[in-house]
Amino acid sequence: MDMEAAKYIGAGIAIGLGAIGPALGEGNIAAKAMEAIGRNPEANGKIAPLMFVSMAITESTGIYALVVALIMLFA
Amino acid sequence: MNLDISLAPEILFYLGSWPISNAFFWSWLVFAFLMIGAFFVKKSLRMRPGKFQNVLEMLLGGAYDFVESMMGTKKRAMRVFPLVFTMFFFIFFCNLLTFIPGQSAVTIQTAGGVVPLFRAVIADYSIVFVMTMLSVIVTQVVAIAVSGPLGYIGKFFNFTSPLNFFLGLMDLVGELAKVMSLSFRLFGNIFAGEVLGAVMLFLFPFFLPLPFAFLGLLTAVVQPFVFAVLTLVFISMAAPLAEGETEKV
Repeated sequence: MDMEAAKYIGAGIAIGLGAIGPALGEGNIAAKAMEAIGRNPEANGKIAPLMFVSMAITESTGIYALVVALIMLFA
Repeated sequence: MNLDISLAPEILFYLGSWPISNAFFWSWLVFAFLMIGAFFVKKSLRMRPGKFQNVLEMLLGGAYDFVESMMGTKKRAMRVFPLVFTMFFFIFFCNLLTFIPGQSAVTIQTAGGVVPLFRAVIADYSIVFVMTMLSVIVTQVVAIAVSGPLGYIGKFFNFTSPLNFFLGLMDLVGELAKVMSLSFRLFGNIFAGEVLGAVMLFLFPFFLPLPFAFLGLLTAVVQPFVFAVLTLVFISMAAPLAEGETEKV
């Protein structure tokens, strides 16, 4: 296998596996936030920004995988 | 597939021996615009606000209320609000610039070949790193000012028991990891948005990129907010509310 092919396969595996965790986590956060808003619709304004912040933090492991994949591909 | 995507920004020209990259060029344009804008807005402030001032006051007031609700007291909020709001506003503005239509098609002939004149400012790691370091250093300075130099060091090197020593070391690693997590989150999101847009434009021009552009718009608003809020949370964790210091309305 030459270097070029290994690079593409590595990047694909990195982002593919790295996306699993954040996807599960963000889905969980969104589900819980929806549940909370459904229970108490007035708290929407308080829950939504917190939901976005916690989602972005959950996303960070996925972003690391993405950065690693992009570095493999383009640098 | 010949997409020209590079992690490093393209060099436009040299000022002496100092390379000026396109991201650097645009960041200075944003600085200039924000400073001149702030100067004129400040001059036009009136006791009886007009429409524009009303909207500005509403936005600023909302942001300030949010910061105050996070920090607990008015005094603490006043100290940290200028820093975090400036960070938010600068990153937000840089991100919005990428949505000017047609801007990425403008190229310029340089010594190193034809390079795009425009690059999303936040898609250059160096400026993100500088802002992250600023945020982390401010956090450390606040922590030292609150607990004193000895208390600050004692937090990381705790010899009372093996477990505490280990936890202190983990805290130290956590402080260092802040630099990576804060900067990679912002940089990765914006850069990935750019790459995604380029790839989608390559696959099916004009229509396929639209939903991704919308996603990018969401990212462009949420990520600066997250960056500013995390800075705020770090600072407020470094300086916890003292006993009896409660909210006075």
